[in-house]
Amino acid sequence: MSASRATVQTERAVRQTERQPRRPRVSKRAIPYLYITPAVIFELFIHILPMLIGIAISLLGLTLFYIHYWTQAPFVGLQNYGIALNFGGAAGSALFHSFLITVAYTILVVGLSWVLGMTAALLLNGDFRGRGWFRTLFLIPYALPAYIVVITWSFMLQKDNGAINALLSALHVSNPPFWLVGTNAFWSMVMTATWRSWPFAFLFLLAGLQSIPSDMYEAASLEGASKWRQFLAITLPSLKPVNVVLLLVTFLWTFNDFNTPFVLFGQAPPPSADLLSLHIYVSSFVNWNFGLGSAMSVLLLIFLFIVSLVYLRIFQAGGASNE
Amino acid sequence: MFRKAFPALAIFILLLPLLAACASDQTTGGGDTITYWASNQGPTIAVDNQVLSQAVKDFKAQSGITVNFEVISWSDLFNRILTADFSGQNPDVLNIGNTWSATLQATRAFLPFDQTTMSAIGGQDRFLSTSLAASGAVGQVPTSVPLYGLSYALFYNKAMFKAAGIAAPPSTWSEFIQDAQKLTNPKTGQWGAAIEGGSITENAHWSFILSNQQGGTLFDQKNVPTFDSPQNVKAIEFYTDLISKYKVVSPQDAEYSTGTQAPGDFANKKAAMIVFQTGTIGTLEADGMKPSDFGVAQVPVADPLPPGGKPIESHVAGINLSIFKDTQHKAAALQFVKFMTSTAEQIKLNKIYASLPVVKDAYSDPAFQTPVMQTFETILAKHAAPMPLIPQEGQMETVMGGTVKQLLAAAASGRPLSASDVQAQLSAANQTMKADLGLA
Repeated sequence: MSASRATVQTERAVRQTERQPRRPRVSKRAIPYLYITPAVIFELFIHILPMLIGIAISLLGLTLFYIHYWTQAPFVGLQNYGIALNFGGAAGSALFHSFLITVAYTILVVGLSWVLGMTAALLLNGDFRGRGWFRTLFLIPYALPAYIVVITWSFMLQKDNGAINALLSALHVSNPPFWLVGTNAFWSMVMTATWRSWPFAFLFLLAGLQSIPSDMYEAASLEGASKWRQFLAITLPSLKPVNVVLLLVTFLWTFNDFNTPFVLFGQAPPPSADLLSLHIYVSSFVNWNFGLGSAMSVLLLIFLFIVSLVYLRIFQAGGASNE
Repeated sequence: MFRKAFPALAIFILLLPLLAACASDQTTGGGDTITYWASNQGPTIAVDNQVLSQAVKDFKAQSGITVNFEVISWSDLFNRILTADFSGQNPDVLNIGNTWSATLQATRAFLPFDQTTMSAIGGQDRFLSTSLAASGAVGQVPTSVPLYGLSYALFYNKAMFKAAGIAAPPSTWSEFIQDAQKLTNPKTGQWGAAIEGGSITENAHWSFILSNQQGGTLFDQKNVPTFDSPQNVKAIEFYTDLISKYKVVSPQDAEYSTGTQAPGDFANKKAAMIVFQTGTIGTLEADGMKPSDFGVAQVPVADPLPPGGKPIESHVAGINLSIFKDTQHKAAALQFVKFMTSTAEQIKLNKIYASLPVVKDAYSDPAFQTPVMQTFETILAKHAAPMPLIPQEGQMETVMGGTVKQLLAAAASGRPLSASDVQAQLSAANQTMKADLGLA
């Protein structure tokens, strides 16, 4: 009895299906968008939304007087930007000084990291015994947590008890200098950051070197090209796509570096080591002026965005013409 | 089925953090349970946990109220308070550094201790008046009450003094320099005194004390910064001269910033004197010093005091208790504050932490009748003044302390500093502070 009822229901269902031709519930065109929807949602929550909130805060007079009742913070328009960009004022000139220090720091750290990374990659690209061991060894600075690296350097850089000055004393350098206070603080920061970031350049460039066909070098050797000529004519052009990404990424990381100056110097770095990220942090979290701090952050964002855009335009255009 | 449920599930997952936040509100809002953020007062947080576990147990036995406490390190406490202040996810009761009292008061997030509230915790007359003075901006109802009292004093190594033929600790800066020079021998790594020259907080405190002695102030009566006044230039020049002119402090000290390095040198006989706060006793004992190894004396003062100079030897240092205004357990929170500031609990806690009671009656206990504790008490009660009680006190410490740090670094690198060098740096700091206050 129940079996015959089930049969009838099935037949009815089949007829209904035949009457209404089956349509896909989701169009094929929508599928890729659906796939990326979760990523877009998280991107919105993790990056876009905080960025928009930051921009909104930069238009408010959100000082310590409004921290608890932040919805009551007065709208001040572009006033915070005016303060930050008034280079004749104390806040603006301090920001500009910090910007110049950050530019010098970034150029040196990115440049030195690239040179060291390239040198190590060229040395370890050949086939020799113990190559794997060296590769692992060179990656250790990159694998260590940033805090551990910087705190270790801060011990090494101490005047009387640090390893650097102990070495200088052993080399008969009289009256070794201070590294963590005064103008040398800048060089301490550059050393520490370079030590931490060159293995990343090494890793990237080594991967790039391995993709260059060896017969190109063999042909160049037969033509009598020197090693330096081979480097200029084969290695560098072949690594161009790698370098474009590598330099952009290390530039952005270094320009935004916060860990190195904060762990080395705390919230009151010497003027020679006043990087932008720390400068903005002090404006926001020490001075409790989140409006001004956010305006500075937005200016930093705009600067980095423009630099990245121009950089990619130049090198992508160059790449297209090469092709 | 799954397709129908998916959107609901997705929304639920996205809203989970929000729901969790609401849930945590519910849990902190229930019954006779309050939350308390304590600061790190003992040698370690583990010690604090032990001490406070007993205190909250005793409080529960008395009142039936449960206290969930968390000990927060000093390096994190200010930012934790800031986050709590902003988000509203705050504890009921918390410890604050008393120099932050005006800053936190300005946020309007804390319960004012008006006449009625003060009566609920036993009245304001029982507190030490100097400690109570550092509980909020002048002329406003305070939003905190003192919990632990601290003050600076001069620590000296008895054996080193005896070996140098010095009979008594110095009471003036001239004597201090004379004694320190006798005690300094760079060849053996021994110095007359040690300072934490890389610490912006220590430098700000020294600036305040020496400025007062010179007849200066860091702010005028209208709260306009006066960092570069002649009195302050003289005060800071003297401080840097300890390294560059008198050479009684090791240049290395310009880097010291942890708060334990100068006491460490003192404990290891690398320095014969330090000017440090009450809680240093615990650090020195942890470094192997016996209480009989060191003496504690009043901080030297300028002799004679210049016109307008005050014999200030310390700022009113200490820890205060505050209650968040949003608390749903105001009565229980007040009861807890009353308990923590009661005479019995003050004796217990301050004995353990080697700090000073903030209520007068507690000083009758023999533990606070020792010469060492009496010296600290005298300084706190008679020779201490509150740091500038302005909302931007934190900025002031960063700007002034940071500038003095740079000056000490310059002095330590061997370059003699003139009054005009100091003046130039302090003028720049003054401009920065004015800009932070919106005055430039």
